[in-house]
Amino acid sequence: MGRAKLPRKSTSIDMTAMCDVAFLLLSFFILTTKFKPSEAITVVTPKSVAAKVAPQKDIVEIIIDKDGKVFLTMDDEGKKETIANALNATKNLGLDVNAFKKAQFFGASFASLASFLKLPEDQRKGHLLPGIPIQDTANNELVTWMTLVRDAYQGQKPNLLLKGDNMAKYPAFKSVVDAFKKNEFLKFQLVTNPENVPEGTDLWKKSQSGEKRED
Amino acid sequence: MAELDTSSGGGHKKGPGVKKSKKLSTRVDLTPMVDLGFLLITFFIFTTTMSQATAMKLILPKDADKPEDQNKAKQSGVITILLGKDNHVFYYEGELDITASNFKSSNFHDIREVLIKKKYSVAQLKDFVVILKPSEECTYKNVVDILDEMAINVCTRYALVDISSIESQLVKKSEELSAAANN
Repeated sequence: MGRAKLPRKSTSIDMTAMCDVAFLLLSFFILTTKFKPSEAITVVTPKSVAAKVAPQKDIVEIIIDKDGKVFLTMDDEGKKETIANALNATKNLGLDVNAFKKAQFFGASFASLASFLKLPEDQRKGHLLPGIPIQDTANNELVTWMTLVRDAYQGQKPNLLLKGDNMAKYPAFKSVVDAFKKNEFLKFQLVTNPENVPEGTDLWKKSQSGEKRED
Repeated sequence: MAELDTSSGGGHKKGPGVKKSKKLSTRVDLTPMVDLGFLLITFFIFTTTMSQATAMKLILPKDADKPEDQNKAKQSGVITILLGKDNHVFYYEGELDITASNFKSSNFHDIREVLIKKKYSVAQLKDFVVILKPSEECTYKNVVDILDEMAINVCTRYALVDISSIESQLVKKSEELSAAANN
């Protein structure tokens, strides 16, 4: 009886296609990875279950570092120019408008702002700077800053962010919030690191049942 | 591709002095390369932290100057949480006793149980109000943690209020007591 002979096939597969895929994925991941820019002010933010991604555009951000020093950053250069001009006009500070526009953040009292702007960018480090004075409730300079911001935005609402360090004390936070309140900025967002919702809690049950979260 | 002359005698000879180089296959075994590729991919995926910061929304009420404008809360549904230094948490339900007998100590882990118990013991959910009073010594992290706790337990009505001097004294006293107990 003749038995059909199965031809012996080689077990080696052509790996070229798989290799292509692997390197395509590799290059994709490498190219889409954004490097974290080195920050002049080191802040370790607390964790929260909030799931909304912090806005990146049109932001005015107040940073509180671990010693309770306060810094202000904003991304819109046009608005910064308006603020610089307003400061020069009202307080006669003699600020370099161009330097003000290019500054990454502001962390000095109004009196020393001009000398702060004269510092080269790489020397403006959070731990070396005094920060915006807020401790004194009678002379909370952040109130003036927020007024300037409000005027520069002229009725539009910037994305107001508050980024605080874990170790910052509550009075610093309260002074910042007071400065917001005094300028009718009643909505703002706290920048946090994401964290999972603990199981079994009400929020967890809500998300399990498919309800949308309104944070 | 450059080919090496690998014919080493063995092949059939056509004639004297004529060596025919054996044709090698140009196929390379790509398996190690694929291995390397996927190794790199896994490395990059694991070392990339998802550093996308999230934002927690906080909406402040406008300061009400006149007492009649201020929000009223039913005493039975109110729980007040006080934040002390070194992650201490204190709470009391309703109003503070004169003898401070309902002033209890807790921590960030146990406060969730307390909140859940209170939330479900209140007759009507809309009467459930949490009052948060951070003291001078507590950190920003504590404030965010407790606000987060509000989100986790879906407490829709809460207020951030300044601490009164009686309460801050009580917090200080309790902290000293617990410090003494630990020593």
